Amino acid sequence: MTTSPTLEGGDPAVRPGIGGFLQVKDLRVHFPTDDGVVKSVDGLSFNLELGETLGIVGESGSGKSVTSLSIMGLHPPGTAKISGQVLLKGDNLIGASREHIRKLRGKNMAMIFQDPLSAMHPYYTVGHQIIEAYRVHNNVSKQVARKHAIDMLGRVGIPQPGSRVDEYPHQFSGGMRQRAMIAMALSCDPELLIADEPTTALDVTVQAQILDLIRDLQQEFNSAVIIITHDLGVVAELADNILVMYAGRAAEYATAHEIFTAPQHPYTWGLLGSMPRLDRERAERLRPIPGTPPSLINVPTGCPFHPRCVYAELNGGACETDRPEFLEISPRHFLACHLSSQDRQRVWENDIKPML
Amino acid sequence: MTSAPTNAASSQSNASGGGEDILVVTDLQKHFPIRRGLLQRKVGAVQAVDGMSFTVRKGETLSLVGESGCGKTTTGRMLTRLLEPTGGTILFEGRDITHISMGKMRPLRRDVQMIFQDPYGSLNPRHTVGTIVGAPFRLQNVKTEHSTKKTVQELLELVGLSPEHYNRYPHEFSGGQRQRIGIARALALKPKLIVADEPVSALDVSIQAQVINLLEDLQDELGLTYVTIAHDLSVVRHMSDRVAVMYLGKMVEIADRTPLYERPMHPYTVALMSAVPIPDTGRRTKRDRIRLEGDVPSPINPPSACRFHTRCWKAKEICSTIEPPLAELAPGHRVACHFPENLIDLPVPAVRADSPAAP
Repeated sequence: MTTSPTLEGGDPAVRPGIGGFLQVKDLRVHFPTDDGVVKSVDGLSFNLELGETLGIVGESGSGKSVTSLSIMGLHPPGTAKISGQVLLKGDNLIGASREHIRKLRGKNMAMIFQDPLSAMHPYYTVGHQIIEAYRVHNNVSKQVARKHAIDMLGRVGIPQPGSRVDEYPHQFSGGMRQRAMIAMALSCDPELLIADEPTTALDVTVQAQILDLIRDLQQEFNSAVIIITHDLGVVAELADNILVMYAGRAAEYATAHEIFTAPQHPYTWGLLGSMPRLDRERAERLRPIPGTPPSLINVPTGCPFHPRCVYAELNGGACETDRPEFLEISPRHFLACHLSSQDRQRVWENDIKPML
Repeated sequence: MTSAPTNAASSQSNASGGGEDILVVTDLQKHFPIRRGLLQRKVGAVQAVDGMSFTVRKGETLSLVGESGCGKTTTGRMLTRLLEPTGGTILFEGRDITHISMGKMRPLRRDVQMIFQDPYGSLNPRHTVGTIVGAPFRLQNVKTEHSTKKTVQELLELVGLSPEHYNRYPHEFSGGQRQRIGIARALALKPKLIVADEPVSALDVSIQAQVINLLEDLQDELGLTYVTIAHDLSVVRHMSDRVAVMYLGKMVEIADRTPLYERPMHPYTVALMSAVPIPDTGRRTKRDRIRLEGDVPSPINPPSACRFHTRCWKAKEICSTIEPPLAELAPGHRVACHFPENLIDLPVPAVRADSPAAP
């Protein structure tokens, strides 16, 4: 079987996504451990344009956070074996010097973490931390930086930013901390913002506030946003395009609209079927995906999803032996599945769509 | 503290309740003292739960929902008597368990069990699965039909694990499997009531669905009654027969699942529902979401009267002066609000007529 150009990371035309602001080509992140090599990310490619929001969805261990940490260059040296390319405006970040990445981080790309309490330093005031980040990249006086910090805190909706700037992270509530973290991430006006489960730790009413905030700020700054989450509801709110990951690989990529109205991968079907939904009639039973996510040390051969896939028999054993190529099945819709398009269409129309 | 209307409300529910009540909770209260200084003098109290009244019918699933800090976990822990209430009463099968001693509670633990949120923290890492699931038998001196080992292995099969897992340790299992171990342990003594505190929120979506289905199957098979504590409103709708919405230690609304989701009456419930992200891109623009400003106030110094009035878009002066009683505004649908939404034309209940500013 010939490996696809996508896996080689060759022609940009066959990678999902448009534009060349951020290009991820055949990214592989492997962690050597005593038990074997953990293949957290294994051949991932996608493109991202300025002003676009990409949602990366998958279960824990699917490699979504590891991908974002690799883009940010946050894997400590010596722990991970990273290959492939991450091009930010044509500048390859994989293998670049730590000093170079350090200059880009914060200025050109920034990240919002899941748990703002552990991501902020408890010993310094919120203002101090924003000022520090701003002054590293901008040659300004403390007063100017402080004014900027207050300005940013106000922008993200923190009341009385002038006095809150001198408070410590523990004096902020969970939602306020997440806002402060967003203020910090945006303080240098980065072009790429990665939000890793930005609302998972928050209550649903606060989550709605933060999602609105991220959307508003993105429109204002026209930055490229990657939002990583396991909650399909969250990506439906924010993302233009969605990448579904499974066991460190891309399973499906399409516009958000297509993922929700015409998904093609059995794993995406499984994800949609296993969530109870408020906007539908209550189903008597949920339809979970059988089994558990695979170990990343012994990733199943062929399609990593085949042990849990109900439709694996339809392909005469190909699922167990051949790794499916990640191919463009219709304009801007990429899929890694052995099912023939007739089978997929039939299963989707008859079995899956009526159940969702 | 207005105890009169609360009591009135609770007696109402008992009257309309129908079916057998396994649990009757009246005016339940838990204040955690705040102590300061050298003498550890009490300077205030965290009013975690402040006057909750509800009943749980045999065989049903009642869910408690609300934001973090609203007191739902504290309520659950009082129902299982892991915490002692500072006020009110809990009747389990007609027996007052509000203040009974640990020793007297022990036999009752066979009937009331708990499933915990964190499948990593709630299993002792140094014990094998067999020891963990067999512990209830040992502690209660329950003789099993065959050996304890056989019974434990049957339990493991019941929750979808393999009997060979008996000698393994918790770290060898995934999150979903650990949660199944916790469920097996809770089921060991054939309890009547299970309090499940966020049973699926630590699990991945696909595994979440497996565990929800398992809990439903077990309920049908063993006739269990569940009190579920959860914050995910879609999961709650799927699992529950009745839903109670809590805000800052008080119950603001309780109703059967369908009326609550289709016609929520309390503004807080309405706001909660509208905040749930819907996995449908077509709705992104259509939905008019109610955006609650700010955060939940501190339970140390909660707002006066209706505790939601500081964030409520319908609040008028009366909301900060007179506490709205939990009144039955539709059959089986009780709401504590002066200006409820989605009100259908019903004769105004007597309790509401008392309030001076009827709109």
